This record gives sequence, structure tokens and C-alpha cells, in this order.
Amino acid sequence: MQIIETGNTAAALGVKLARAQVIAAYPITPQTPLTEKLSEFIESGEMQAEYIPVESEHSALAICIAATSAGARSFTATSSNGLLYMHEQIQWAAGARLPLVMCVANRGVGAPWTIWNDHQDSISQRDTGWIQIYANDHQQIIDSVIKAFCLAEEVMVPVMICYDGYILSHTHMPFDVPDSEKVDAFLPPYRPPYALDPADPSNLNTVTMPDGRADVRGDISLGYMEIRHLLQRDMIEAVPALERVEERFQSVFGRGGNPYVEPYRCDDADYIAVSLGSLSYQLHDVVDTLRDEGVRAGVLSVHLYRPFPDRIIAEALNGCSGVVVFEKALSYGYQGPLCSDIKSALYRHAEGRPFVTNYILGLGGREITTQDLYEALKASCFPDGGAGEETRWIGLRFL
Amino acid sequence: MKSDNIEIRWHGRGGQGAITAAKIVAKAMFTSGYTGVVMVPTFGTERRGAPVFTSLKVSREKIYDLSPSKEPDIVVVLDHLLLEEEDITQGLKHDGLVVINSPLAVRSYRFNGSRVAVADVTDLSVKAGLPQGMVNSGIIGSFARAAGLVELDVLLKTIEDEFIGRKPGENSRAAQLCYENTIMGGL
Repeated sequence: MQIIETGNTAAALGVKLARAQVIAAYPITPQTPLTEKLSEFIESGEMQAEYIPVESEHSALAICIAATSAGARSFTATSSNGLLYMHEQIQWAAGARLPLVMCVANRGVGAPWTIWNDHQDSISQRDTGWIQIYANDHQQIIDSVIKAFCLAEEVMVPVMICYDGYILSHTHMPFDVPDSEKVDAFLPPYRPPYALDPADPSNLNTVTMPDGRADVRGDISLGYMEIRHLLQRDMIEAVPALERVEERFQSVFGRGGNPYVEPYRCDDADYIAVSLGSLSYQLHDVVDTLRDEGVRAGVLSVHLYRPFPDRIIAEALNGCSGVVVFEKALSYGYQGPLCSDIKSALYRHAEGRPFVTNYILGLGGREITTQDLYEALKASCFPDGGAGEETRWIGLRFL
Repeated sequence: MKSDNIEIRWHGRGGQGAITAAKIVAKAMFTSGYTGVVMVPTFGTERRGAPVFTSLKVSREKIYDLSPSKEPDIVVVLDHLLLEEEDITQGLKHDGLVVINSPLAVRSYRFNGSRVAVADVTDLSVKAGLPQGMVNSGIIGSFARAAGLVELDVLLKTIEDEFIGRKPGENSRAAQLCYENTIMGGL
């Protein structure tokens, strides 16, 4: 059924369709309407789940960790400083190999205080062992949430679905809400490989020695490093696993097909813009304009950010002479994190070495005009025309 | 950048229902075959009574650029006193259209080269049975009359669906009354 609603509602409907059993969340702008919607669904009986109000984001994720450890399908959502406040539990959820799903309505982080969009919140959680997926529109939000549970439960790694605060979370646009029966067929109930059970008590993730050791039965328990190695192995394995999930989703719902990256006019492109989230779609119109002017430009939207599909990205960029990375986040003291990752992928896999330009923009909700994007991309298409290898900022004023 | 979008900017006051009005028009236009409809509210720290605006873009194709409209084709004003507080015609295209809820005559308004449509939506909505100050369904009727982008019956049906349990008949009647009593002028 096609409806016109906000991105937060799209996310909430996805969680409802996925039949999440435990929701624990703390309200924070711009995520709040998502969890409000879920509490309404539960209150009205439309959704059979336990909604646990909490006093902080740290507690929200702690409850989801406990619920998932007990075998329940669990969900939380947050933004910005709320996500940062979860950080310790975020690491824990990944290390404990719990198939949680969390939505992040992306917002800049304080200080200074901001409620508006950029990607610094989720990007700062890049190295925690969570799968990170960025959605560009409401259809991708609702579909990604449903697929996320499937993926998480297959590889036993938690998944973060990220979408732009306000720009997507509060914007209304049409999207299709999948049929409940089809979702049930696609996503069967969660069957945990092990679960906490008061009748059969056990300890999980207790102090683990640097080296492996035999337990009372003589079985070898892995050391910390082996356990962490398995997380890395399974994160890498999540790349092909996501393709399988996508194929199954496509066969049931008839849409999708770009789980890693979404190229637009990249096939014969000399210059390719790369970005995460709704910005990638804004760049579509810019590329169309440049094409009309005879510049062979394209856009590569990166959906899967961790695990980073480096080979796939390098292949998508292969043959172009310039790559222009537009980012709403920064590794302070260096450059945009996506830019570093792209360069690393190209170093390893690309035949030639295209020049790479990096633009930082839209921090704390600074408006990104399509005209600014056009001018920046155009300048980068003519490397002698001004854009160099230095990280540049778009939209800065007063300085 | 795309020129085939129709951009409509809605000016109201926090709590006045400009977002709901834009949402209803979005739904009605989607029903009428506009595949691309995107409604972007002002972001952040709105307060009841403070000026707010929301931007609605419609197109026959999916809309990829969600940035707020800078050069609207149509501006809709839910409270004529906003004209004293804000430059509501900022960026308005030369042959644009301004739809105003106002008790004043249409000849009181002149925006360089734009068409103007006026109805006393506040008064007409009360006549339709709505409480004083509920103008968001009525202004849609004036918009429909002035812009001619969506059929009245599609709009009335969308209004009735949107206001289920909240005076759907009165809201629909307000839109109808305003449709019938919108006076065109300007240029």
C-alpha cells in the first residue's frame, strides 16, 4: 500500500512489520516521532511488543542487550548525543554478537549544541563492530529495517540503519508499505542459537583470558583475540550475506537490488561523486545538469558503510579519472572518513589512480544548496580549475 | 535545478495546520498522478503562533532533490498578517501565484507580476461549522480554485479521509465554500 508519511513513520512501520518484541528507547530529536509511533502501535494493540521506557540511551541499549540475550527480537533508536551516550553498550552488543537493530536519525553532535542533521553521530560509531547501512529515501528506510533483522540474525552482528535527521525523518514522501504476510514469509520469527533461561543459568561474556583455556569439561574456550577475530571474519562474511538477503527480498517484494552501492549514470562517467544518504539523491539532479553540459558525471551512493565493500566500490569507480567525496562528517585533524576509506579501497583495488577530492558540507544542518553542489562538482571535474587534494568546505561563511 | 517541479510554499503560524494542509494537497496530487510529492517542513524549533513555513514540491516523476524550494511557483498564506512580518514572496517566480486568507479585498494586494487569490477563509470556515481559527482545510479550497492543479472532488475526499473523527464534513464544506468564494486578481 502506498502512503505519504515521514521517514520516522517509515522506520516505525518497518519495525512493526518485523514483529520486534522488545522496544526500549529514550526520546531525542529528531528520532522522537519514531519511538512515539511505536509506543502508539503497542498501546493500541496493533503491535504485540513490550515497550520499556527508560531514563537514558545507555539503559535503552542495555535493555535491548538483555532482551536479545534472552531470545527476543529487539529494537532501539536514537540520534546524536544519545547515540554517543550508548557508546559503551554499542561496543558490548557487537562483542556479545547480538542481532539487534537500531535506527539512527542522523544529527550533529555537541558541543556546540545542535539538533540538525549531519553524519558525525553514526560515523563516530564506525569501529564498534556494527553493520552500518545508510538509506536515501523512505522506501529504503522501511525496506532496510526489515532486511536488517534478517541480516543481523543470519550473521549475529547488530545492524544500524542510518537516515538523515529532518531531511528524511520529518519529510513526507510516498512509499510502499509491504504486506504483512509477505514480511512474515521473508522474516520468520527469531530463533536464537542460545538464550538466557532462568531454568538453565549461564554466564555470558565474562572475563576472558588473553589465551584460550579448557573449561571444567575439558572443552577449549576461545581467548579474547579469537572471539574478536570471529567478529571480524563474520563482518566480512556479512557482505555476501547481505546480497543473499537482498536477493530474497527482491524475489518477495520485487524491488531493491543495490545492497552495497547505488550507482547513477556511473557506467561511462569520467567523474563520480560519492556520498552517504539523502545527499546522494540531491546529487542526481546535479549530475543531470552536468551531463546536459557535456560533462560525463555520475553519482555513487554508498549504502553499506560497515563492513566496507571496498572491492565493489573500487570496481564501481574503476575507469573514472576523478572521484569527488561529499561528506557530512569529519575525522578532525585529517579528512572525511568516507574519503579515507574510498582512497584505501582505490589503493588496493583500482587499476589507475583517479584524483580524489573531498568536500565537507552540511555540518549541524547548514543548508546544502543544489547550486553549491553543482559548482563544487563542476570545479572538481576540471582539476586545473581550482579543486585540489586538500579537504574543502562548502557553505562556510563569515570566516 | 530541475525545472519541471511545481513548488508550493505554505506560510502559517505554528499550530495553525500549514503542514496538514500541505500534506493533504500532497496526497490529493499523488492520487491525481503526480508520482513525486515531497513535503519538507521547517526544521527545528517552531513555537505556537510563530511564523513557520513548509515547502511542497510536486512532479510527474520521483523527486530526488529534497532541498527546500527557493523559487516557488505558488505561495499560500494562512494568515494575512504574516505579510507584515515576513517577505512571503521571496523568490516567487515572476508569473507566480499568491493565495491569501484575508478579509481584505483582492485589490489590496499587488505582488509584482504575480496573480493573487483571496478568500476570507477564517470567516468562511466558521460558516462551515468549524471553530474560529481553523483555516487549514479552507485554504486548500482556495488553493485548488486558484492553482487548478487538482480536482475539487479528489481534494474533498482527501480532506474527509484526513480529518476522520475530527469534523470531516465541516472541513470538507469549508474547502468547498472557500473554493466557491475565492476572488482572483493581481498582476
